[in-house]
Amino acid sequence: MKLVTAIIQPDKLDEVRESLVAAGITRITVSRVSGHGRQEGEDLYRGQKVIPNLIPKVRLDIACNDTFVKIACDAIIQSARHNGGKVGDGKIFITSLEECIRIRTGDKGGEAI
Amino acid sequence: MKKRKLRILGFLALALFTPLACWAADGTSVDTGITSWMLTSTALVLLMIPGLAMFYGGLVRTKNVLGTMMHSYAAMAIVGVLWAVCGYALSFGTNILGGWIGWDGKLFFLRGIDDTIMGSHVPEYVFAMFQGKFAIITPALITGAFAERVKFRGYCIFLALWSLLVYAPLCHWVWASDGFLFNMGAKGAIDFAGGTVVHISSGISALVAALFLGARRGYPRNSMHPNNLVMTLMGAGLLWVGWFGFNAGSSINSGIDTARALTVTQVAAAAGAVMWMLIEALYHGKSTSLGISSGILAGLVAITPAAGVVQVSGAIALGAIASIISYHAILFKSKLGYDDSLDVFGIHGVSGITGALLLTFFIRPSWMAEAALKAGSWTVWQQLGVQAAAVGITVLYAAVLTLLLVWFVEKTAGFRMEEKDEMAGMDHTLHGEHGYGLLNVN
Repeated sequence: MKLVTAIIQPDKLDEVRESLVAAGITRITVSRVSGHGRQEGEDLYRGQKVIPNLIPKVRLDIACNDTFVKIACDAIIQSARHNGGKVGDGKIFITSLEECIRIRTGDKGGEAI
Repeated sequence: MKKRKLRILGFLALALFTPLACWAADGTSVDTGITSWMLTSTALVLLMIPGLAMFYGGLVRTKNVLGTMMHSYAAMAIVGVLWAVCGYALSFGTNILGGWIGWDGKLFFLRGIDDTIMGSHVPEYVFAMFQGKFAIITPALITGAFAERVKFRGYCIFLALWSLLVYAPLCHWVWASDGFLFNMGAKGAIDFAGGTVVHISSGISALVAALFLGARRGYPRNSMHPNNLVMTLMGAGLLWVGWFGFNAGSSINSGIDTARALTVTQVAAAAGAVMWMLIEALYHGKSTSLGISSGILAGLVAITPAAGVVQVSGAIALGAIASIISYHAILFKSKLGYDDSLDVFGIHGVSGITGALLLTFFIRPSWMAEAALKAGSWTVWQQLGVQAAAVGITVLYAAVLTLLLVWFVEKTAGFRMEEKDEMAGMDHTLHGEHGYGLLNVN
């Protein structure tokens, strides 16, 4: 089991979500985060372009069985890119997942995902 | 609005006295009491537009909150200018083009009213600005129907054209002293504060625009929850407060008519809210905050045309009936499957029509007696005929013109957003901003 954590741009959330669903991955957790990358985000503030200190991003957490890792990553990569790929499109982190428990039943492991 | 006739008398008086002495330029004097209330009303009606922005803004998804509120604010900006330049002249000038619209060169840029005191003892500037707020809020109401999916540029063009080609003629027909609906039947079609001009016209236009532009991506399969009902509730509250200016100000007076309008406005809004709460409690076991907001609006919309002629029991009945009918209209919309996103037709169109027609059965006896005196005899059914004609003409005119306008804007500047932009959200794509900090996405 792996935990796939993707940091993407907020405006791509809907596209990524739809792409994941189309690939058969429906169990995800989404949160708003902010952080630094190489990208310099721009906002408009009274006619001036300003660069916020922390850039808003969206984080997706997807726990999946090993066979689904590549499917999930491909789905994210092809839907989260701006015009074929730009600085700031985000990152995917993959970590090993020790255990997964479904609270309702107490099921453990790959079954519970 | 019947004070328009007095205004003409005022002009005559002005013309008579002008050669005699310069003080007679003020042939009609300002009544400070009335003028104060009209100034207050003008401000109250303007307050409804940020209220509407909050009401609509809270109902959309997080990524569209600014784009949605911008629709209302753009109306304040664009119609705010247009009205002073030519909107007032088109609405309240004398009949031209066979009465289709009005025009008066003196009112162009409001040049000719610098010294004018109307027959109602109010400076004409105040009347013009008061009316201007109605012109602003009407197209802003429509925006709920195509929320979350239109380009800002296309919307701005639509807004300007709709205000001149749909609002101005309707306003002229119903409220100008030579408008043909103003003079229909014994005492005219009853539209005290804008049931036909504001609510039916915007409701019908909303329906047409929603049908033409199509549903939001994913509707109705994906749920599109409101991002902030707290803001929606505050917006509904501001609308209720502002509506006192809208209705009680429409008496262009500060007297018995004003008191009547204010009272029935309060009672109808409350009755609408109570009824919506009861319906939801009955069907779902829970009354919702969006439900009470919707009920308030349904009641307010229904009493708008009627505020000058009905009494308290009639107001309670109108508010409650409007809630029942609007509630079912919205259920019916879900069955039909078209995407009037924030139910502009369901609430403003349906409650507006309900109010404009059913008010006939609750008219105070003294009004009917006056009408009978004027026409020889006058029955409820004859008045219902006049009301139905006014509603029918408004529906037909607004529907046809709006269809032409949305088609024109879509073909020229583009109205509907591109699919990818719609997914990314209006705030990011159209305005380069985002509405909230770290609030959770929905």
